[in-house]
Amino acid sequence: MNREIAVVAFAQTDHRRTSEELSEVEMLMPVLHDVLGQTGLKTADIGFTCSGSSDYLAGRAFSFTLALDGVGAWPPISESHVEMDGAWALYEAWTKLLTGDADTALVYSYGKSSPGPLRDVLTRQLDPYYVAPLWPDSVALAALQAQALIDAGDTDEPALAAVAARSRADATANSHAQLRGPVPHGEYVVRPLRTGDCPPIGDGAAAVILAAGERARNLCARPAWIRGVDHRIEAHSLGVRDLTDSPSTRLAAEKAGAFERPVDTAELHAPFTSQEVVLRKALKLDDGVRVNPSGGALAANPVMAAGLIRIGEAAARVHRGESDRALAHATSGPCLQQNLVAVLEGDPR
Amino acid sequence: MPEVLKAPLVVEFPFTRSLGPVQSAFLTGLRERLVLGVRTSDGRTLVPPVEYDPVTAEEIRDLVEVAPTGTVTTWAWNHAPRRDQPLDTPFAWALVRLDGADTALLHALDAPGPDAVHTGMRVRVRWAGERTGAITDIACFEPYDDGPDAPDGRGRAEPATHTGEFDDPVTGIVATARLDYTYSPGRAQTAYINALAEHRNVGERCPSCRKVYVPPRGACPTCGLATSEQVEVGPGGTVTTFCIVNIKAKNLDIEVPYVYAHIALDGAGLALHGRIGGIPYDQVRMGLRVEPVWTEGARYPDHYRPTGEPDADYDTYRELL
Ligand SMILES: [Zn+2]
Repeated sequence: MNREIAVVAFAQTDHRRTSEELSEVEMLMPVLHDVLGQTGLKTADIGFTCSGSSDYLAGRAFSFTLALDGVGAWPPISESHVEMDGAWALYEAWTKLLTGDADTALVYSYGKSSPGPLRDVLTRQLDPYYVAPLWPDSVALAALQAQALIDAGDTDEPALAAVAARSRADATANSHAQLRGPVPHGEYVVRPLRTGDCPPIGDGAAAVILAAGERARNLCARPAWIRGVDHRIEAHSLGVRDLTDSPSTRLAAEKAGAFERPVDTAELHAPFTSQEVVLRKALKLDDGVRVNPSGGALAANPVMAAGLIRIGEAAARVHRGESDRALAHATSGPCLQQNLVAVLEGDPR
Repeated sequence: MPEVLKAPLVVEFPFTRSLGPVQSAFLTGLRERLVLGVRTSDGRTLVPPVEYDPVTAEEIRDLVEVAPTGTVTTWAWNHAPRRDQPLDTPFAWALVRLDGADTALLHALDAPGPDAVHTGMRVRVRWAGERTGAITDIACFEPYDDGPDAPDGRGRAEPATHTGEFDDPVTGIVATARLDYTYSPGRAQTAYINALAEHRNVGERCPSCRKVYVPPRGACPTCGLATSEQVEVGPGGTVTTFCIVNIKAKNLDIEVPYVYAHIALDGAGLALHGRIGGIPYDQVRMGLRVEPVWTEGARYPDHYRPTGEPDADYDTYRELL
């Protein structure tokens, strides 16, 4: 079945170092109400709801079921959850709409990293036999990748600092961002990565609404049509991979149709400066492409939501007429282990 | 708004994991101070070895012994080791391709400082004194001077096949994990817990359907709206349903059998749960009227006991079951 499906609304919280005064559902609810308000839809009008989150972040078991309170899930709704970034929840919702089972979908995700030691929490997603017992934290693994890029001559520390500076400068126009404007590049966290090369740790949530065909045109003046979405994964052992490249991103982009025509905008989920270098190479982005006008994950990286936010930011630029064809990328796991690419287009103007 | 509540929360678990034949041979080998790899059908040697080829997904079982020496393929200097990491003094994380292997193993590299580490440097395994059959049987790598650096690192030793058979093979690992959080329950539950410490049950009312949630979670799950209007309910309530607990829980100082019940506090839109005391367990019934019993200094009721009022009529709590 060939249905046209679009992102018709996007909302996100202001991302902050801590949201301790709010429970997860209290943090999430305003963005749900925001996207419903933008479209005039009520919960009962939504055909499918899909969310992404991880209980490990805040150490709270079954938090995603409590978050459902914010949706208004009674009488029972058609609903699903992925223990992944919300970009993968969007993928599930997109396939649901493709089947024709639903015409609209609400996708949301949230992450509260502030209650726990995020760098250590993320080690629990690693190979439990050979890697997790060593507790290599998320910055350490990204630093191994950065050093590999430096050794290969793909980048150097000043170039990485420039990625950081450009991202936070762009984020001055993004009121939701956590780090905006000039930020000191700082000391080494794990060499060669400095504080400025790393994303801020923070809490936040995001939501989008998808709609199919005419429904999308009725709900949004300029829908961001999803021309393709695909996601691919690398071998799980870091030592098997070439860390300077991302064949999974390239393959996902190819399957999503990203290389059929040039894009004008790319929202890349590169939490570390060095990962933008890898992604630009894998996606063959030239200097004509506007990369991360939102500031990207270096400006706000609410884990589990930051990938969905890339899709939302790309879609919002299409909605506003600032982009005609945009690429959105989301990642999961260490050193860009798993990658999702979506291509969004606006109707000709 | 009063200060939000916070408390330390420790999440700790000992994961018990079984091993496949290749993982078992590799980890048993480490215990015996030798490093095994696995051969793929196209002739590559993977270290650490896996059960399935990462490219073809083919089952792979042909083991070889590689050298305990190798070459750093990338590294990162960790000046501030974290709690459970392999060394407690500054060290380098390194991917090391052992001689005879085609892939690299992640571990710590003990070196005096970042200036002493570079990609292509030669290193060797430093074995842990006590070995159990785990990746931590490799204590770390250490610098090893065996002549000029070999960027490739291969060709120094041709790996010999190995049966993978050992006396007393390791068949599983117990991987302990502990994460320390600072938990905050958020606005609505903070207000509830603070009021409870003053022996008051304060719920929140949904602005749309008017239902009062106790304890409040900040949202009405029916309407998907934020609750904020605070409403004091109870202290009395009605047992809507109950069960008799016959098995003594670990670390719980309550004699069995006892009754655990759903209790609809007067004015609440749903039932909460609590233990029923002050009445023989086999006399507890639906509709029993109860009230909370507080112990000295407690922040929440110890249990609920009968008030002596006549039982509530079924129709008064049928919607709250
Ligand atoms: Zn309600």
